[in-house]
Amino acid sequence: MQFSLGPVLYFWPKAQMLEFYRQAADSAVDIVYLGETVCSKRRELKLEDYLKLAHMLREAGKQVCLSGMTLLESPSELRELRKYVDNGDFMLEANDVGAIAMLYEQGLPFVAGAAINCYNQHSLRRLVGMGLLRWVMPVELSGDWLQQVLDEGIIQDIRDCFETEVFAFGHLPLAWSGRCFTARSENRAKDQCELCCIKYPQGRTVHSQDGAQVFVLNGIQTQSGYRYNLINQLPTMQGLVDVVRLSPEPEGTFAWLNRFKANQHGAAPQQLSDTDSNGYWLKLAGMATG
Amino acid sequence: MELLCPAGSMPAVKAAISQGADAIYVGLKDDTNARHFAGLNFTESQLTEVARYVHQAGRKLHVAINTFAHPAAWSRWQQAVDSAVRAGTDVLILADMAVLAYAAERYPQVELHLSVQASATNVAAIEFYRQFNIRRVVLPRVLSMQQVRALARSCDIDLEVFAFGSLCIMAEGRCYLSSYLTGQSPNTAGACSPAAFVRWQEQDGVLESRLNEVLIDRFAADETAGYPTLCKGRFRVDADTYHVLEEPTSLNTLDLLPQLYAEGISSLKIEGRQRSPAYVTQITQVWRAAIDAVMQDPAHFLVQQHWQQVLNNLAEGNQTTLGAYHRKWK
Repeated sequence: MQFSLGPVLYFWPKAQMLEFYRQAADSAVDIVYLGETVCSKRRELKLEDYLKLAHMLREAGKQVCLSGMTLLESPSELRELRKYVDNGDFMLEANDVGAIAMLYEQGLPFVAGAAINCYNQHSLRRLVGMGLLRWVMPVELSGDWLQQVLDEGIIQDIRDCFETEVFAFGHLPLAWSGRCFTARSENRAKDQCELCCIKYPQGRTVHSQDGAQVFVLNGIQTQSGYRYNLINQLPTMQGLVDVVRLSPEPEGTFAWLNRFKANQHGAAPQQLSDTDSNGYWLKLAGMATG
Repeated sequence: MELLCPAGSMPAVKAAISQGADAIYVGLKDDTNARHFAGLNFTESQLTEVARYVHQAGRKLHVAINTFAHPAAWSRWQQAVDSAVRAGTDVLILADMAVLAYAAERYPQVELHLSVQASATNVAAIEFYRQFNIRRVVLPRVLSMQQVRALARSCDIDLEVFAFGSLCIMAEGRCYLSSYLTGQSPNTAGACSPAAFVRWQEQDGVLESRLNEVLIDRFAADETAGYPTLCKGRFRVDADTYHVLEEPTSLNTLDLLPQLYAEGISSLKIEGRQRSPAYVTQITQVWRAAIDAVMQDPAHFLVQQHWQQVLNNLAEGNQTTLGAYHRKWK
């Protein structure tokens, strides 16, 4: 079982990003995903900055993948994605099928991110045929669902051709919109957002009127109100999940990485907090804890 | 420019056809379509009847099979495609690449449209789905008019847009908010904010709506209470309580009709398979008149006030928006 750091989903200042990845280089993580996946207006780091980080991390012994934008709406966003595809060095995590079309055309292998709608064995087999090397299943699916896909007959002769990865820690990316909710929360139009999301390194929490944490606003992305945390499910993932993904948080990510590693075989289970959940993996509502 | 109307029952089919829909779209009575609601949709034999009725009137039938196949129940999606074709559908509206591949290989003669649930928002994504010989793409409601225009001018495939109805503000097919709260999403269960999880409770003159126990909204006595679709609730960010994601409102593109026509948009889709035959009657009347007017004389097209009145009355919360088509909405 390997551990990965997903792309930073929030908009952090450049100095914070560089410091985070300096720590990542020194950490026990195996795989690091780099790139802006939420909003093309966020340009604290450009592709060349990510590539510098990628080389630094690779020299530190990490496997590095670039991660592309999820909601692609304009020709300029496609041009930027094309640069990621053509980087010539690092594998790309596709978060929109448009990226898969570009990668396939170039004959390049790829990771299919959780926002790619691959729900079953037939879709998975097709993507493997197009170059998929690693499949991050949609966040709303359960361990049973994953098991069922992998047990299907048509997967058996290709099971060695790809890895499985599961989003296992952090606020779940649940939706992408044409509208920017962080700008809206400050009464700004998206066109005049002034990149106000940089003030919220962990997004803005949305509460119900009776005080429950429902969602987190992260620009055009809506995340789960609770932090997803599958640390106690790691022992049941053996043989099923090849890579366990932790989504970067501003504080404590590397401490959690160490806790995850320590509990791979169940030696160090953790008490979940009131604002943690693990429902999706257990076939419950995502916000539930089982 | 085609007028494509929704129908969840035989009376709705008849209403749409009699008021001048060029085509209607329907679903089967199971979780293979994104309006999997009780009392709605058609069995295969009912669908055969629908097809006969629609074809006698010289119109077209589209069948939506636009949820994502479950691994251990793949045959249900296969059978849905088989049933729709046997019943005589003209078009299949599909989202799952596995279902698209099956239909393209098994029934090459049947026209395939890419469902909005496939979430194709750009030229490269459309390119990806071309491997399934799709003839048309239904565009997600996250694009601005400018972006729709750019797409129309850069791809040689038919485009269909949503013209009126319930407004999804998230990129369709990639929204898991409903399963986060209830365990069921449009992708996996064919429903958003499913009715089985809704609970209403009145206390001290305040009406509360809950979805799987999560408080979606509170209504004072003088407020109209709307269905607790989770993205249209009133929530709190710091000290502000407001419609954090979106107000209860419907999409209405009447004002954009000349622009959509000028860009060669093939079809205007009206949302609402879950709505009544009366809704279908009124909505089809208005849009038939509007499309006829724009086709007759696009340069002098004017939105009639009574059209807007009818549409406002049919709209969620009696208000409408241009949604993402208009940059200011974003």
